[in-house]
Parts: sequence; C-alpha cells; structure tokens
Amino acid sequence: MPNHDSGASRGPTMRVDLTVNGTPLRLDVDPGEVALDTLRNAGYASVKRGCDEGDCGSCSILLDGKLVRACLLYAGQLHGRAVTTVEGLGTARAPHPIQRAFVEAGAVQCGYCTPGMILATHALLQEHPEPSEDQIREGLDGNLCRCTGYVKILDGVRLSAEALREGGKP
Amino acid sequence: MSDAKLWNVVGKPAAKVDAAALAAGAPLFTDDELPRNLLYAAVKWSPHAHARITAMDISEAEAMEGVHTVLTHQNVPRIMRTTAGQGYPEPSPYDFTTFDNKVRYVGDRVAAVAAETLAQARAAVEAIQVDYEVLEPVLDIRAALAEGAPVIHDEDDAHMPIVAPYEPGRNLASHANVGVGDPAKALAEAAHRITSEYECHYAQHCPMEPHIVVAAVDGHGRLIIRTSTQVPFHVRRIVAQACEIPVRDIRVIKPRIGGGFGAKQEVLIEDLVSLLALRSGRPVKLEYTRAEEFISARTRHPAVVTMDLGLAENGTMQGMTMKVLLNTGAYGSHALTVGCNCGSKVMPLYKCDHVGFLLDSVYTNLPVGGAYRGYGATQAAFAMECAMDEAAAKLKMDPLELRRINHIGPGDTSPIFKALGEGTEGVEQSIGSCGLAACISQGAAAMDWSAKRERTDGGRFRRGVGMCTLMQGSSIPEVDLGAASIKLNEDGSFNLLMGATDLGTGSDTVMAQIAAEVLGVTPKEILVLSSDTDVTPFDVGAYASSTTYLSGMAAKKAAAGARRQILDVAARMLSTSAEELSLHGGVVLGGSKPLSLGDIALNSLYAEKQHQIQAVASHTTKKSPPPFSAHFAEVEVDTATGLVRVLKYVAAVDCGTAINPQLAEGQVEGAVLNGISYALTEEYLFNKRGKMRNPTFKHYKIFSTGDLPELVTILVPTYEPTGPYGAKSVSEIGINGPLPAINNAIFHATGVRLYRSPFTPERVLDALK
Repeated sequence: MPNHDSGASRGPTMRVDLTVNGTPLRLDVDPGEVALDTLRNAGYASVKRGCDEGDCGSCSILLDGKLVRACLLYAGQLHGRAVTTVEGLGTARAPHPIQRAFVEAGAVQCGYCTPGMILATHALLQEHPEPSEDQIREGLDGNLCRCTGYVKILDGVRLSAEALREGGKP
Repeated sequence: MSDAKLWNVVGKPAAKVDAAALAAGAPLFTDDELPRNLLYAAVKWSPHAHARITAMDISEAEAMEGVHTVLTHQNVPRIMRTTAGQGYPEPSPYDFTTFDNKVRYVGDRVAAVAAETLAQARAAVEAIQVDYEVLEPVLDIRAALAEGAPVIHDEDDAHMPIVAPYEPGRNLASHANVGVGDPAKALAEAAHRITSEYECHYAQHCPMEPHIVVAAVDGHGRLIIRTSTQVPFHVRRIVAQACEIPVRDIRVIKPRIGGGFGAKQEVLIEDLVSLLALRSGRPVKLEYTRAEEFISARTRHPAVVTMDLGLAENGTMQGMTMKVLLNTGAYGSHALTVGCNCGSKVMPLYKCDHVGFLLDSVYTNLPVGGAYRGYGATQAAFAMECAMDEAAAKLKMDPLELRRINHIGPGDTSPIFKALGEGTEGVEQSIGSCGLAACISQGAAAMDWSAKRERTDGGRFRRGVGMCTLMQGSSIPEVDLGAASIKLNEDGSFNLLMGATDLGTGSDTVMAQIAAEVLGVTPKEILVLSSDTDVTPFDVGAYASSTTYLSGMAAKKAAAGARRQILDVAARMLSTSAEELSLHGGVVLGGSKPLSLGDIALNSLYAEKQHQIQAVASHTTKKSPPPFSAHFAEVEVDTATGLVRVLKYVAAVDCGTAINPQLAEGQVEGAVLNGISYALTEEYLFNKRGKMRNPTFKHYKIFSTGDLPELVTILVPTYEPTGPYGAKSVSEIGINGPLPAINNAIFHATGVRLYRSPFTPERVLDALK
C-alpha cells in the first residue's frame, strides 16, 4: 500500500522526469510517494483525492493517453511518461469541447469528480468516437459522482461526442 | 399569481456560474490553496465501542521528530457542546467535548497530533499509549432503553441547551409526544387498520471531497479557517465556543465544496484544526481519509418506525399514529430534530383529524447520526408510504387512488404543522401551492402505470411497479435567517454577497438569476461570493431545504433595494421621477435618453451626490411551504437469487417555480439515485464489537454509471406566493422516495413485502422463502 503523504518528504529522494500537459518536469520525490501527491504538490490541483484506494476515480489522469488512477501509482512510475490532466485540455475561458459540453449539459454540480469524468470521457471518445450507450456507461463506470445521478454527465458525454465529430479536436 | 411570461432570466437556462472553472480543474477547493509552513494533523480513534480511558502517555509521541502538538482530554479544556451545525441555541444535546476521558463508539476521538508531515503525524498517533477500561456496549437500538442497559452518557455535565426532554441516565437523547384529536379512538373505530413496523439502516453521505479544514493564525492573531462546510457562520460560533476565543477573532472562509448532503452541516473537525493551529502557532491541515468518513463522520440515523393507520371503508384516513425509535449513535447530534421531522415532514401529507406522534431518540455505541438529505423524512416516508401501499392492497384500491382521496391540497392545513416543530412547537400554516395531483397523473403516465399494474409475472424474473407520494419543507419557519448584500460596479456589474452556502448545488447560480431578474440584466452581470464570515452577511447555511426559498428572497429584496437606488440616480440624471423609468437589458429607459447601468454607476461614484449604490436585505419566514412529489419505480426481481434491479424510475416534483430548471432536475436526479443506491446496496456492516467492517467504496457500494436505471424527472410548475418568483425547495425531497417506491414495486412483483432495508439479495431471498 503506497504511503500517502502530502507533507514534505524526508530521507533519500529519487529523480523523476516526465511531461505534464506537454511541459517537461524534473522532480525529486520520495521513493514511497504516490503519483496523486506528486501531481498535487506540483500544482495540478485538478487531480482530486477521493479515496486513495482506486475506487472513486477522482484522481484520474491520462498516462500516455490511457486512463489511470494517480492514487494507485508510485511517483516513480511516471518516469519517462506523458501525463495529461484536465488543466491540459482547456481553461474556463478557452475550454476543450468536452469541458464545454459538460457545462452545457449541466453535468457539473460540486465539480469534484468533474476532472476525472472529463478525462474518462476523453479516453472513451478516443477509443469510440461514436460510443454506444453501453460503451458510455462502461467507460465512466470507474468514476463515482454523488451529486448528479449521472444523468446529465451521460448527456455531457453524448454532447461531447457530437461536438468532437463536428470538428472539435479530441 | 405567476407573471412567468414576463420573466427574462428566472425559469430559463443559465450556465452554472462556477461550472466552466470547475470543468477546467481550477484550484477552487480547500486543499487547492495551502499556506506555507503547513503542519499536517492526524487523529487517534477509539478501537472500542465503549470504554473509559484510565491512563494516557503522550511523551513518546511528543518527542518524535517533526511533532509539534499533541492534544488529548488531559490538555484541552472540557466544554460541553454539540457538533450539530444548527442555529443558536442548538436543539441538540450538549453531550460532546473536544476530547473526553470516555469513548463511546469505534472511531470516537482519543487524541490529535500536528506534525511536519502526515507520515510523522500518523506515526505519532500510533505512539500514543492509551489504557482502556472496556465497558459493555449498547449495539442494538431496541436494547438501548432496556432496564439495566449500560449508560453511555454517564457524565454529569451532559445537558440540553433548550427546554426539551433529555434523560441520558437511560440513554434517551430526546423524546417527543404529540397528539391531536383522539387517535386511539379513531383507530379503534376505523373500518380498516394497518399496523406495521419498518426499519431503515445506517448510511453515509459519501461526498466525493472528504471533510477537510485548514486553519492558521494570521499576523493580527486572528484564526482564519478555510473549510469545506455547509454552515460557515455556525462554524465560527461553535469554534469560538470550543476554543474559548471571541467570535471576532475568527474568520471562516468557504471555498468550493465537493458535496455535502448534510455531512458538512456538522462542525466536525474545525475545532481540532483550530486548536492545533492556536497551540502550534503554525497553519494546520486535517483531511479525512475515506475510511474516516465512514467511521468517524456522521451518518443517516437508523430508525424503527411503526405506523398505525385507520381508514374508512371508502379509503379516507380516520386516524394515524407514528412511533419512531431513532438511533442517534454515540452522540445526540440532530437527534431531536431529525426525529421530529419524521413526523412533521411526512404526516401532514394526508388529511386526518386524529393524529399521534411519539419519538424516542436513543444513544447506542454505534456511529453518530447527523443531518443527511431528507433529514428524518427519508426514514419516516419509508414506513408511511409502505403502510399506505398495504392499506391500498387491503382495500383493493389503486395506490394512486388512495393517495388522491387523502392527500393535502391548496388551502388545506394539518394539525401537525402547529403541533410539531424543530424540537419545539411548530408553526401553523396552510398550503399555498400544491401540484401533487399533477405529479401523480404525469408520473403515472410516464411510467405507464395502469398497464404495468395489470401485469402479473410468473417464472424466475418478475417485474412490478410501485409508487409513493412525498412532501418536505422549505426552510425552518421562524428560525432560519438568510441575508444578502449587493453593490453596483462602474461597468454595470454587481457583486452579490451571500451568506448562503453553495455546496455544489448551484445556489450561487440561482441567486444570480434571481438578482438578475430584478435588476434587468443577465446572470453574467452578477458576481456571486459565498461565503466568508468577514465579508458576506449572515446566513444559517445550506440546510433544511432553505437556500432558494429563504436566501433567494433575501437576494431578491437586496436586488430590489439596489434597483430603487439606481432608478433614483437615473431620475436625477434625467431630471424626471423614478416612477417614469424602467430597467431592462442593463439600460434605464423612459427618460429623455437611455442610460446604461455603467453611466449610472459612474455618476454615483464620481460625479454628483457621490455614494455607493448598495443594498442589504434579510429574510425570515413564517411558512415552510412543502414541495411535493410522486415517485414511481419499476423493478425486476430475480426470485432465484433475490437480486432486485430497478429498470425505470420516474420522479415528478412540484418545487414551485424552478428558478433554473436544469439545476432543479440535477437536484432531483442526484437525490433519487442516492436513494436507490441506499435502498439496494449501501449498508454499514458491523462486527460483534460495534466496528464497521466495510469502510471503503469497494465494500460499501454506491451506484455508478453501470448501475443507473432509466431515470425520468418531471418538473411540475406551481407558484408559491411566499417564495422568490414562486419558488419552493427541491434538493432533499427526491431522496425519500426510493425506499418505499422500490419496496412497493417488489411487493407488486412478488407478493412479498420487506420490512427492513436495504433490499439486498439475501433479505429479498429470505422474504421470498
């Protein structure tokens, strides 16, 4: 079980080279440090802590384009890899089509699960640009939300798929 | 009446004001902005359900590297109080102190540590030596009041801060006994009688963001608390009480909140973090783990509710009584008010002159109850609405018809409104708006109720449909206060400062829409800030379904005040009278030339009779108008395994005017799915010593997209004359339906009724045997 600790690390460190949202980073991390803490400490606040056990999906990131949970990875496992967080997709004023679709669909309530949901949608639509209902449900099944009942999140995914097909870049 | 056709903003789509930033992952939550030199806190929890601490040694922990402060009952003053984030004086027993020399459930506090790193804090917690005298626990709600039961609160300083029954010496945390008319006689003489006992279970709110607090002492010596809370002003008051410092020395900032559902209507850990920050002189953060959320936060009070209904041959209600045995766990947080709400938010739904309500809230050595969306109505609606289904079956009536001939309507009142309030007497009221009849008919149509009721299945997989009707309230009458202030900026935008606490529901957006409607601008012109006790006006907080109805009216009044000032300035600028002028689309019309809000602001700030156009308003209410709802569930029961699947769920709701229909639907959908998940899979499993065995999402199953049935939400508009633009509440009511609607559908499918939730395969299979 990784030792979750967002406090300053002590003892020997190891060097990790990675890119986050295209920006190269060189970090000195504790060998036991979890990627969720590493990314949050590096300023990527969109990677949320919900359970530390891989159950809720709030800390979802894309690792070389693949959806993974940062709380189940050691920092060392980021070495040489490309991480995408939701900050890398767009901003409030210049949103990615998926982000815009989530806002329009009313898929954002408290917003804590939203970054993970958006990245899960991104990964899903990469694989299935025209997803079936079952594929949508399966694609987001690892991400928990307690606010929305998922209805408008699924609307957001459908709207995202439409927007991307109509010319937005995934 | 409604002038809905004239509205430009209310009832129309408007993007949630914070959604774009949240979707971009902006750093808006408590943990996203941390001060320098932060210390990390960890808490030592009781491994015993009931024990006295006979000795403690913290010397080893204090000597450990990185450790700054260790708090225990030996070095923190004993101040009896409650953690319930309620108005003052709180109607909850003062049976809690920061640390006690006794522990009352597995997960009770024993000590807290602040250290340079979280690992150091956790290691120090482990190094604290505690000797316990283990006591016999009370782990069964029905055993709590038994003669000779172990006394959980045997301390002599636990007391009730208001006048209300409280007998800790026999584990009675609260009691109420209310009668109107002669229910015993009415029941005895009724043609048909239903007497049934329903038991519902523990549940966790499971906000995706756990409880988190960061506190620091600033350069002026004031304590600055950044916390994920629904009740910033109650946090300020209760932390002042717990830390023995003046209210003026505390500032509470509520950033974005990652869900609350009542869990954050509790001043749960702000006291610990504040004390650690005050003692260490360093900023301190404490963030609950998911396991701590399950074990050491708050829960839905389990309840055993006994209904006794007496009906005439034609189905009209002659008498009804409700007996509630509520398990408040180790502390009495919300024990009286959740209990009273079992009656007051459920019994008035059906017209009846002879009504009785009896409540015993009891202490056990189990997790602590608290506020949870639905707040007693969830527990009681399960019993009432299943008993109504039993009555319909007995009378061979359509369950819809039984509701139709009994439910309350516009102009009706209920003796319960006056008899039963929030721990004290209630407030008399008659129903202003009620769209329940339309909810029933529209919901039934969406479910294809009549056709599906006709069907009877044989074989292994059996389908059935069930329904229920519901009410809630909108704020606590003659108790709650909401306030707002608004000021005009020189570009025609407004700052709207709200004490009302947006916890992810979208209330900031609703407030912006209400103010925008008054001021004739788009919601984008309204910049909402909620909440900061140094900056925003007072509000009791986000609970009791009060924000849209109560705080929304404060926003409306404040905006109206600003509008009057704007028109006065414009009238002077145009040498006319304010009565001649109107405000639309950000422009004042009706004078010699149009004036923009920016022109008016610049004039007032820089040119003539300089002043800030600004207004503040407060709002209280003498009514708590109920929203109404009809729910319909279609289930499929696997009679071989006992597995129940919800195939389709329809919720038709009358929330008055939906200020923002998309957000209102979202509230209903979220509440309904939480309720379905509670009815079918969510369950606290305890070992024989009272320890929860399943404090993870792996073993406490909340629904995900793969489990989602077809959910249909129907908003049935009515107009509530006392609400802002006709609005009532919407956020809580939806969670109350799934337990009874699904149980009634299981009965329709199989002929078997369950009396205990959740409806897991084991329980259903047992019932089928």
